[in-house]
Amino acid sequence: MKEKIDRLRKMVNVLQVVEKHPDLYFITLEGNQLVMALGYLKNTLNFKHLAFMQAVDYLEDNKFMLTYMVYNYELKANLGVNVFIDREESSMFSIHRLWEHAWQYQRELYEMFGIDFPGSPRVDEPFIMESWEEMPPMRRDFDTLAYSQKTYFPRPGRETNDPKEQMKKAKYPNYPDSPKIRRDDE
Amino acid sequence: MKEKDIKIIEKEMKLANEGLPEMERDLFADDRPSRIEPLNKYLEQFLNWARARSLWILAYGTGCGAIELRPLMTARFDAFRYGIAGRPTPRQANVFIIGGYASLKTIKRIVRSYEQMQGPKYVIALGSCTINGGMYYDSYNTINRIDYYIPVDIYVTGCMPRPESLIAGFNGLKKKIQAGQCDGMNKYADNFDWYKANQKQIIKDWNMPDYNW
Repeated sequence: MKEKIDRLRKMVNVLQVVEKHPDLYFITLEGNQLVMALGYLKNTLNFKHLAFMQAVDYLEDNKFMLTYMVYNYELKANLGVNVFIDREESSMFSIHRLWEHAWQYQRELYEMFGIDFPGSPRVDEPFIMESWEEMPPMRRDFDTLAYSQKTYFPRPGRETNDPKEQMKKAKYPNYPDSPKIRRDDE
Repeated sequence: MKEKDIKIIEKEMKLANEGLPEMERDLFADDRPSRIEPLNKYLEQFLNWARARSLWILAYGTGCGAIELRPLMTARFDAFRYGIAGRPTPRQANVFIIGGYASLKTIKRIVRSYEQMQGPKYVIALGSCTINGGMYYDSYNTINRIDYYIPVDIYVTGCMPRPESLIAGFNGLKKKIQAGQCDGMNKYADNFDWYKANQKQIIKDWNMPDYNW
């Protein structure tokens, strides 16, 4: 796996390499080199299979992170290719010529995050949000609770409990507070 | 009242079908649903007795709750012994089971299927999502109360309810039908404008007739 990434390094500018697991690496690339790098990964380095692509909204940094997860059948290893794009003018190159099924992911990302993929087939057709007029709902600054209360007639009398407090009160009154677990990538 | 006035009022009462393109409007019915009064007491009692023993489910699973209908219909729980069976089209069914959450996309199909069913028709709302949104109460895509869009006869609570509780729901529905309390169809006809306004508030690309015959 490392050897493959080193070969990729000769071709494009790899900003960051993270090893999560011997079979799972994440690399960060520059946006304008993405299609070239994915084509090289697919055709030469034998990462034939695009498992999925997804977006993560980094509202604080004003960026979207796109992740393309590709799989190598010989190494039996996953490689996640991360690209950061601007959140305001979010647009990315379409990869439907490399993997045909990517058009469906791109259509979903267009609808849920508002990330445009110019040239991707049927990208602006509604996927599940027919007649949606608000901002794309998976953006983190979209307040789903307020929208739901405004639109969908909430039934009064709904009670919610904090599960931790509730369990403490109902079952384990003497249970000490557990120490906060912090993941190292946070 | 003069005959002319009655004609004008009748014309105003017709449905506009504004969602359809103009050339197609004549092809669809524009009548409102009308209230159907019960027959005389004993005949209606007999009819209700018969209706309670002839429940045909519309085989349309609208959410995750539809998975409970498979064990209900097959050998283990065998709903056919209660006279409950599935039909593939709304024209032949008279019980509509809303199986769990209804999203923005499915509520359009739910309304259309419900309106196409022949009367008398009954609605069973399954799962807590249909009552108050359940675990999706804050979702952008899940409607919270199904009874604002179509009339509901009986609710089955739970997330998900087991087939046993669904059978209990069917028995409750039978009792209600036999007592003559299931008049959801008349309720829909009486409050047609209110239901239609609620439906059109969330279905913004209304591209079907206002009342589907």
